[in-house]
Amino acid sequence: MNFLAIVGRVFLAFVQQVGRFAIFTGRSVGHMVRPPFFPRLIARQMVEIGYYSLPVVGLTTFFSGMVLALQTHVGFARFSAEGAVATVVVISITRELGPVLAGLMVAGRIGAAMAAEIGTMRVTEQIDALTTLSTNPFKYLVAPRLIAGVTMLPVLVLVGDIIGVFGGYLIGTTKLGFNPAIYIERTVEFLEVTDVVSGLVKAAVFGFVIALMGCYHGYYSRGGAQGVGAATTNAVVSASILILILNYVVTELFFAQ
Amino acid sequence: MTPRQDSAVPKLRLRGVTKRFGANVVLDGIDLDVAAGESLVVIGGSGSGKSVLLKCILGLLRPDAGSIAIDGEETVGLTGRARDRVNAHIGMLFQGAALFDSLQVWENVAFGLIQGRRARRPEARARAMECLDQVGLHPRVADLVPAELSGGMQKRVGLARAIAARPDVVFFDEPTTGLDPIMADVINDLIVATTKDLGATALSITHDMASATKIGDRIAMLYKGRLIWVGPAKAVFDSGDGYVDQFVHGRADGPITEEAEAEA
Ligand SMILES: Nc1ncnc2c1ncn2[C@@H]1O[C@H](COP(=O)(O)OP(=O)(O)O)[C@@H](O)[C@H]1O
Ligand SMILES: [Mg+2]
Repeated sequence: MNFLAIVGRVFLAFVQQVGRFAIFTGRSVGHMVRPPFFPRLIARQMVEIGYYSLPVVGLTTFFSGMVLALQTHVGFARFSAEGAVATVVVISITRELGPVLAGLMVAGRIGAAMAAEIGTMRVTEQIDALTTLSTNPFKYLVAPRLIAGVTMLPVLVLVGDIIGVFGGYLIGTTKLGFNPAIYIERTVEFLEVTDVVSGLVKAAVFGFVIALMGCYHGYYSRGGAQGVGAATTNAVVSASILILILNYVVTELFFAQ
Repeated sequence: MTPRQDSAVPKLRLRGVTKRFGANVVLDGIDLDVAAGESLVVIGGSGSGKSVLLKCILGLLRPDAGSIAIDGEETVGLTGRARDRVNAHIGMLFQGAALFDSLQVWENVAFGLIQGRRARRPEARARAMECLDQVGLHPRVADLVPAELSGGMQKRVGLARAIAARPDVVFFDEPTTGLDPIMADVINDLIVATTKDLGATALSITHDMASATKIGDRIAMLYKGRLIWVGPAKAVFDSGDGYVDQFVHGRADGPITEEAEAEA
C-alpha cells in the first residue's frame, strides 16, 4: 500500500478516536450536572470510592510521610537546615504527594473496577438492555461514577494528607529528635491555605479523570472477556498518565507567576 | 400515543435497511412487513446479521440506509425522549438474557417500570411478581440475584422483564440457544403463551428450527444480508429454495458453502 495512504488512515483513525472521546466526555458532563440524579447509585459509588479506598490511601500516604521526613532530614542536614523538615513534609504532602499518590492508587482500584463492570455490561448486552428499558446509560452508569469521583477524591486526599503528616511527625519525634510541640508548630506555621486547596482541586480533577477513563474504556469495550481485560488495562494506564500530566497543568495554573 | 389499529399499516415495516461495518456489509437492503398480532421468525446462520437486524429496529445501531417504521412512524434517527417513547411499546429478550447482575431478580423485571415509567416500588414489585408467576418462577426467586440462577431461569427472568411493561411488540434474540431441548421447549411455550396473552406482535430470530416452527406464523430466511425467502411457517420444510432447504435440514452439502460464509 502507498505510504501516504497508511499515514492518512492512521491519522483518520486517530481523529476518529479523539472525536469519540470528546463526544463521550461532553455527554457525560451533561448528564452529570443535569437532573434527574440517582441518589442510591451515587451513594453506592461514593462508599466504593471513598470508604473502601481509605486503607490503601492511608497506608501509602503514611509511609510516604515517614520516608519524606527521613530523606528531607538527610538532605537539609547537609546545609544545617534540619529545622525545615516539618514544613517541607507538610507542603510536599498537601501539594503533591497526597493527591498524586491517592490518585494513582484509586486509579488502580476504582478505574479498573469501573472499566471491568461497565465493560462486562457492554459485552453481555446489559447496556443495550438499559437503553431498551428507556434508561440512558450515561445517566444511570456514567454520571453517578463521575459525581462520586469528583466529590470523594478530595475527601480521601484530605484524610490522606493528615495521615501523611502524622507519619512525618512520628519519624520526626521518635527518630530525628524533634520536640513534638515544635514539630507541630513548624507544620502549621508556614502552611498556606492554597497549599491544601490546590491539592484538593487536583484531587477533584483526578477523581473526574479516573471515573471518566474507567467509564469510557468500559463503555467501548468489545470482544468478550479479552476485550474487558484490555479495557481495564487501558483505563488504569490512561488514567495514571493523565493524572501525572494534569498534576503539572494544575500546578502551573495555580502557581504560575 | 396509542398504537394505530388501522390494519393496512403494518406494525413493523422495513424498507431497504442496510448496515455495514467497514467493508463488511451485514444487512444489504432488508424489506419486511410484520402485521399487528403476527409472529415472524427470522432464521439464518451464526454471524448472518440477525442480531444486527434487531438492534437496528431497536435503535441500538443506526442503519446506513433504509427506513424502519413502527405503527407507521419512521424511527430511524430517533434519539432521546422520542426514542424512549417508541421503545416504551417494545419488549426485548436478549440472547444471553442480559440481566443486570447488581440487581435482584424482581428489580430486573420491574426495571422498566421503575426507571422508565417512574412507577412506585411496591406497585412495580407486584407487577414483577405477576410476570414471574407467568413465566413459571417461584416467588422465592424474586429476591435472588441473577448469578444464582441457571441459564434456563435467567431466560425466564429475561422474558418476564420483556413483558413487564405490557409491550405491543416483543423481540426475541435466540431465545433457546444454550438451553437443553426440554428447557428450550418450555421457553418456546412461554413465548407463545405470553405474546398471545399480551396480544403482541412478535419478531424472533433463531437458528433453532424446532423453535422457529413452534413460535412463528411466518418464517423469513436471512442469508448474505438479504431475506432470501419469506413464507408461512408450515411451508419452510418444502420451500423449494435450495438455501432454505439446506439450512432447515442442516445438511453440510448444498449451495451454502463455507467459502460463501467466509466471504459474507
Ligand atoms: N458492533 C459491531 N461492530 C462491528 N461488526 C459487528 C458489530 N456487531 C456485529 N458485527 C458483525 O456483524 C455480523 C453479524 O453479527 P450478528 O448480527 O451478531 O450475527 P448473528 O446472526 O449470529 O446474530 C458479524 O460478522 C459481526 O462480526
Ligand atoms: Mg446473534
